[in-house]
Amino acid sequence: MPVFSFNDTLLLATILFSVGLAGVLIRRNMLFMLMSLDIMLNATALVFVGAGARWHDAAGQVMFLLILALAAVETAVGLAIILCLHARGRPTLDADTGNLLQG
Amino acid sequence: MGEILLPLLILSPLAASLILFVTAGRMSAYAVGTVACVSMGISAVISVVLSVLLLSGPATGIVQATLWPWMHIAGFSADIAFMLDRISMVMILVVTIVGLLIHIYAANYMRDDPGIARFFGCMTLFVASMLVLVLASDLLCLFIGWEGVGLCSYLLIGFWYDNPVNTAAARKAFYMTRMGDAALLCGMLLLATAVGSLDIGAVLAAVTNGQVTSSAVNMAAFFILIGALAKSAQIPFQTWLPDAMAGPTPTSALIHAATMVTAGVYLIARLHDLFDLATPVMALTAVLGALTILMGACTALVQSDLKRVLAWSTISQLGYMFLALGCGVWQAALFHLMTHAFFKALLFLTAGAVIVRTHHEQDIFRLGGLRHTMPGLTAAFVIGASALAGLPLVTAGFYSKEMILSGVWPAHFRLTHELILSGHFLWGMALLGAFLTALYIFRCVFIVFFGKSGTTMRGQTSRFMTIPLGCLCVLSLCGGIIEMPTTFPPLHLFSALLDPAASHSHADEPGWLILAGAIVPLAGLGVAWVLWGRPSPVMREIPGQAAVIRFARTGEGIDMLYDRLFVQPFRFLTWLTRHDILDYVITGTGRLARTASTSVLRARTDFLGTLALWGTSGIRGADRLLGQIQNGRVRWYAAWIAGGLCAALAMAVLS
Repeated sequence: MPVFSFNDTLLLATILFSVGLAGVLIRRNMLFMLMSLDIMLNATALVFVGAGARWHDAAGQVMFLLILALAAVETAVGLAIILCLHARGRPTLDADTGNLLQG
Repeated sequence: MGEILLPLLILSPLAASLILFVTAGRMSAYAVGTVACVSMGISAVISVVLSVLLLSGPATGIVQATLWPWMHIAGFSADIAFMLDRISMVMILVVTIVGLLIHIYAANYMRDDPGIARFFGCMTLFVASMLVLVLASDLLCLFIGWEGVGLCSYLLIGFWYDNPVNTAAARKAFYMTRMGDAALLCGMLLLATAVGSLDIGAVLAAVTNGQVTSSAVNMAAFFILIGALAKSAQIPFQTWLPDAMAGPTPTSALIHAATMVTAGVYLIARLHDLFDLATPVMALTAVLGALTILMGACTALVQSDLKRVLAWSTISQLGYMFLALGCGVWQAALFHLMTHAFFKALLFLTAGAVIVRTHHEQDIFRLGGLRHTMPGLTAAFVIGASALAGLPLVTAGFYSKEMILSGVWPAHFRLTHELILSGHFLWGMALLGAFLTALYIFRCVFIVFFGKSGTTMRGQTSRFMTIPLGCLCVLSLCGGIIEMPTTFPPLHLFSALLDPAASHSHADEPGWLILAGAIVPLAGLGVAWVLWGRPSPVMREIPGQAAVIRFARTGEGIDMLYDRLFVQPFRFLTWLTRHDILDYVITGTGRLARTASTSVLRARTDFLGTLALWGTSGIRGADRLLGQIQNGRVRWYAAWIAGGLCAALAMAVLS
């Protein structure tokens, strides 16, 4: 018996996604931006799990695993970029200073 | 067996040429010479075998090989086909055997030249083309060879292409012969439309059967004659041959003395049935030939360049052949062609050896007394000179010249009812030519080989150069005895070979004719001895101050005449077409129209310009806005993505 209805799940996911998005948009610290991105990914994963429970389909769980892997990879790449920047003598986490590509 | 050997004969030098061109310069000079000489040797052996085959057969027998049909359309057909009859047999023997000797000589002569592979590639290609020319049984196929030898001649005259003089000479030769080629093509087209085939046998049969109108025959013969004149450097095309001496000496010997320039003679001899029916053209041939004899001999008399003397003498000797062709004794022309190939190749090769050993000195007045230092070459040159002059009994030139002279004497041309051109007159010109021939060639001999020694020499003529010279000496001396004058023992091998059916009785010919022909060269020799040969020569040098002689020596006179007659009018014509009067009218109208359109355009431009100005300022503003959007900050991009997504979702949901 599901404790939460599907609508509740969707609501929770939307809130999580919004929190994540707001974090990405507001925070300037790149570590926090990465964490916020993970939150957004988790929100989408939650939608998949909820949908899987709603339609009794294991594909939702499979998608969750895929997204988990994706999130891990994304975090790894992001952290690697940050470490690279440090190694190149740019010891800052402020995302707004990296604006060489401005038009 | 003949059918297989015939294409092989051509294939052998062609394959050598391909090998030499493809391996361009990667082979050593020795290997290049070996390949060329071996291919020529194979050709020579095959041609001898073929000749034996042909002669062992019936008198009118031929060897024929049709390789493939070239084109078949309604009313015309042409094949790639080769045919060996007795006329072409003489030619292939001359081409391959003289060619082989010259190749052996050249392998040594060109040993140190960096372009030796290119040289032998061209030479073997030339031999292949020449064989195609003489063996073709179809006029169109013959034309392939005709153009091929012209191409090789061009390539070899300009062989040392880093000197602009040589390339100019090559171009000149190419243009002059090209005019003749165009005329030859016209003649062939006339025959093709009249007969429907260019197979030589079919053409000659149709002409002799009277299927072709007399005017068409005359026109075709005239055009073919022009082609032959250009190829053989006869009046009025003679100016290219002396300049062609810019090429290496073996080239001069093979192409510009022994074989290629005789292609015109061969062509007319091959089509002699056609020419027999065109009396005016025959008369023209004979007269041009006789004039060329005298012109060439007179010019050779005042040259100071050894190779140019020989070049003018070639022109003069080819004049003899044309005279014989014009008088209908084509057997004599072919006989003289053969002996001329021997002795002129000998003269050129000896001259080449002399020139190499005297540090490339070609001026005969700077040479001198070579008889002491190079006795062998002197002997070879004297033998060649005697054969050229036609000293009686001992040389080949005597017999062939005698055959021509005795053939010219009885000839007569009935041009109209009143106007009859007698052969006696032409005979007189030819005899005068024989005197001049002896005079100029022994002038050369006495100045170059006798008298005071002039230059230093070096080295030794290598054995591989002397062997061909020796062979050619023997041929120049003994090559003529196969055909005796009528008053001598009845030995007519050559004419019997060519035309077994014909009887050879010039019974009505007075006996003093042959005596005159024998005495005149001796007289020339004597006069040359008086003028140049004695220890205190009467004139060491013909007074070169006379303007006429200066003109004649350089051949400038004719060149200038051609410049005035052809080049300047052509330039004027091009000038006229460039400054066209009609063009001015059109240009004026055009200019008016342009002015009108310019003013209209300006009005429009102003309007459009304003519009464009507005447009650009607007675009510039938008551009600046877009630039600001792209500020390089990741968070802003994320915000734009999210905003865009929201907008898209809103549109999707609300619509």
